Amino acid sequence: MNPQLLELVNAAASGKRPHFFGDADVDRLLAIVWAMAGELAVTRERLDTLERLLAERAVVQRMDIDAYRPDPQAARERGEWQMEYVARLLRVLQQELDALRAASGEGGRGRTTSD
Amino acid sequence: MSAAATHDDIARFNFLANFNKYMATAVAPGNAVAFRERAEPAWIRQQGEAPQTRSEVRRAMAPDPHYRFWSALRRCGMEMRQQAGRSLVLRQKESLRDRARELNARLPSGLRLDASIKIPRYQSELDNHCMPGSYYAEYIDADVSAAANYDAGMFATTTGLFGRYLDGAGRGTAAWLQRTRPGWQPKRILDLGCGVGHNTVPLARAFPAALVVAVDLAAPMLRYGHARAVGMGVDNICFQQANAEALPFEAQSFDFIYSTMFLHETSHVALRNIFGEASRLLAAGGVQVHLEQPPYRGMTAFEQFMRDWDGYYNNEPFWSALHETDLPRLLIEQGYSAEAVFETEIHAMVEDEMPKVGVETEDFGRGGLWYACGASSQGAST
Repeated sequence: MNPQLLELVNAAASGKRPHFFGDADVDRLLAIVWAMAGELAVTRERLDTLERLLAERAVVQRMDIDAYRPDPQAARERGEWQMEYVARLLRVLQQELDALRAASGEGGRGRTTSD
Repeated sequence: MSAAATHDDIARFNFLANFNKYMATAVAPGNAVAFRERAEPAWIRQQGEAPQTRSEVRRAMAPDPHYRFWSALRRCGMEMRQQAGRSLVLRQKESLRDRARELNARLPSGLRLDASIKIPRYQSELDNHCMPGSYYAEYIDADVSAAANYDAGMFATTTGLFGRYLDGAGRGTAAWLQRTRPGWQPKRILDLGCGVGHNTVPLARAFPAALVVAVDLAAPMLRYGHARAVGMGVDNICFQQANAEALPFEAQSFDFIYSTMFLHETSHVALRNIFGEASRLLAAGGVQVHLEQPPYRGMTAFEQFMRDWDGYYNNEPFWSALHETDLPRLLIEQGYSAEAVFETEIHAMVEDEMPKVGVETEDFGRGGLWYACGASSQGAST
């Protein structure tokens, strides 16, 4: 989807967005968390389709998936992906720490000395 | 005539439909508990008596964490439903437009657009129920995307209570008419604020010899509604762009006039004008009926408060006022006798596999059970 179309898709309705919590940031955060919950459901449904198709076509049975144990290489790759995923999600915490470290002269991890 | 959905599009709506259902059946009822156990006692401690009005209940509930989470999630659900619908239809708006054009061309007499129709302030001021661009925004020439979005997402919002084809109100109205006037065959039927014709098609099918004129302000809804009806093999509807406050039809030219969930999207002044037009257009021996959510009179302050949520948080500015308006009195002001005016209940008629109101919990203000108010005109039916 091109950026202009995505912007149009994400457009707000006219009128003020209500907030229900004492701090409107909590409403914002919930909107993000809930959009994520939705996208997780979308991924889960896709995975479910995939598992059922594989089973139907006798490629992989669902019990095989539950019984699957990754070999050391696969486990390492998965671990790396999980770490990267968590780092992406918790970017904001890292950035705040970087700023604190920079202020104390430690130098932020997220910045190189040249920029 | 509907948008082509991918696996992910469908999954988004599946999530939203189940989320809405969970909200309605498991989370919304918690508000009554929170009110009884927390908010009401706290209010009584401060004010010396229980909250008396829905406005006091709202103030008592505003700090309650359960109410806050329910409200904030409900709003998120409305916004996500729009995002999911828009991401489905806007990427294919050109092909949807072309498909509608093709179907429109099959029965050109069934679609009458009028570019001179202005969108009144009660529609242009706010995007109704959080639909960006409301019913009428056009992003390309002869756009139908607003209608395709409305059609695609409504099932998720109403969780099946309106039926598979979202026509439960229209089917309920046709059944009510056949029950109260057995054998009666209206020749000309008028649907006010028809939208995409979800509730027009069932009347056209119930009375195949009649001409159904369906009016709406929004050209995208009419183009799409006409294409949808043609695609369903229905050929006795004329979709006409018009303002229901000033209709271009001759006096007493319709035997049956109805609206479904339309009046709450108008205004005090518009409502009187619309009733004026419906009464002017109704033929001798005919009947008009308008389906709405039930009025607040007779309800507890708490139930009023729950049903009033959309008025505050879902861009429905006339919702609260309409629920307090004495519709029978407005019809009497149009010259009907008190005996000619009636109030009744009309249930959604839905497929067997769909959930039913009363069996399933109603999501306040969203259920498939309507209050109906109408009037019969004097004289012999033609």
